[in-house]
Amino acid sequence: MRELLRFIQRIHFLLLFLILEIIAFSFLVSENSYQRAKFFNSSRKVFGQVYHAYDKVAQYVSLKQKNEELVLENVKLHNHIPSLENSPSVFDGDSLAAKRFSYLSAKVINNSLYRRKNYLTIDKGSNSGVEPEMGVVSPTGLVGITRFTSSNFTSVVSLLNEEIRISTKIKKTGYFGPLAWTGADPTEAYLMEIPVHVNISVGDTLISSGYSAIFPEGILVGTIKEYKKKPGDNFYEIKVRLSVDYGRLGHVYVIDNKLRNEQLNLEEATAND
Amino acid sequence: MIRILPRNIIRFAFLVLLQVLVLNNIHFLGWINPFVYVLFILLMPFETPNWLLLLIAFALGMTIDSFSNTPGLHTSATLVMAYSRPFVLKLIAPREGYEAGTFPRMHYFGFAWFLKYSVILIFVHHIVLFSVEAFTWVDFHFTLARAIISALFSTLLILISQFIMYRK
Repeated sequence: MRELLRFIQRIHFLLLFLILEIIAFSFLVSENSYQRAKFFNSSRKVFGQVYHAYDKVAQYVSLKQKNEELVLENVKLHNHIPSLENSPSVFDGDSLAAKRFSYLSAKVINNSLYRRKNYLTIDKGSNSGVEPEMGVVSPTGLVGITRFTSSNFTSVVSLLNEEIRISTKIKKTGYFGPLAWTGADPTEAYLMEIPVHVNISVGDTLISSGYSAIFPEGILVGTIKEYKKKPGDNFYEIKVRLSVDYGRLGHVYVIDNKLRNEQLNLEEATAND
Repeated sequence: MIRILPRNIIRFAFLVLLQVLVLNNIHFLGWINPFVYVLFILLMPFETPNWLLLLIAFALGMTIDSFSNTPGLHTSATLVMAYSRPFVLKLIAPREGYEAGTFPRMHYFGFAWFLKYSVILIFVHHIVLFSVEAFTWVDFHFTLARAIISALFSTLLILISQFIMYRK
């Protein structure tokens, strides 16, 4: 027994190192395990508050550019007004469907660009009604999907994350496919599964398809930067210039789809049929 | 001895904040990212017990990981670095050993000693860090280049900080 204790004492440094290293690696490989990832991420209160305090100071630097963005958005909204006023006044629509999506404004307080899996942190959490799996958009386009929430902060999986696929369609033709990021350039992504018989051209606008329960239809995603037809392949290889400049995100909106659960339940029931 | 604790707590907080608020946003040429928080491990007193060194490395790595949404990544690299520290110290010890009352600083043991000390440990840390991150990557040459160039960058920043902080 004493021999054993002495042995442990002699190798305690190595032993402790191995134990701690195993703990670290278990975090690493179970990065997707909900419980652990939830415990150590920037939506946690302390970490969120540090970023929040820093952002209060740092935001002044980019005020000018943020203002310009808001002005542009105003112009866009003003342009919408005439078309809304000209719509038939008696048309009431389906009130449930009309109120299907509601928007909540939030501020980005932390952001990463150059990892394989990039996340943002925003300053609204479950207290404001944010839940996991909600869409996040900015005045310039689609940003990402919420992942974890604490009472006042939320971490968002940005479009610059290998795990994310966004159902995207070409505005002109209506053909759609998943948009994926490949992990290199924060201004580019790839649109897949567009068959080669479709006519596309450089500069075509891409918008969200509205087929998922997360984003409504018509949110700007980007434009086609270049495309290739590979011999023997039925699909184009389409490089997309993303409309959002992820390096300069300021204000964003979280989209709450009121009918999301209904849609998901129905889809699940159908899939299990 | 009693002054060591508050000073180290402040240094810990300062280096973590510097790393997550400033340096994590620096991407020289798009992919060179310096990690200067490891300076905390470099500056720990010689007398620090080995087990404490590991526990501190664990806490430091966990804090950085939590801020940057990378569970386990910085922790594993910082642990390897802390584990290597006693061996590196022994390897590059001056002939008369480390006197009591001295700290692993440039003005005690000279520029050449400190350069050797920090370069070895920073490279260990960065190479582990970038290759652990690369488990999900493909291009190993790119990873290695990233690690080496980022390590050079970190070393440079750490040396500059030492010149500024501890002028004679």
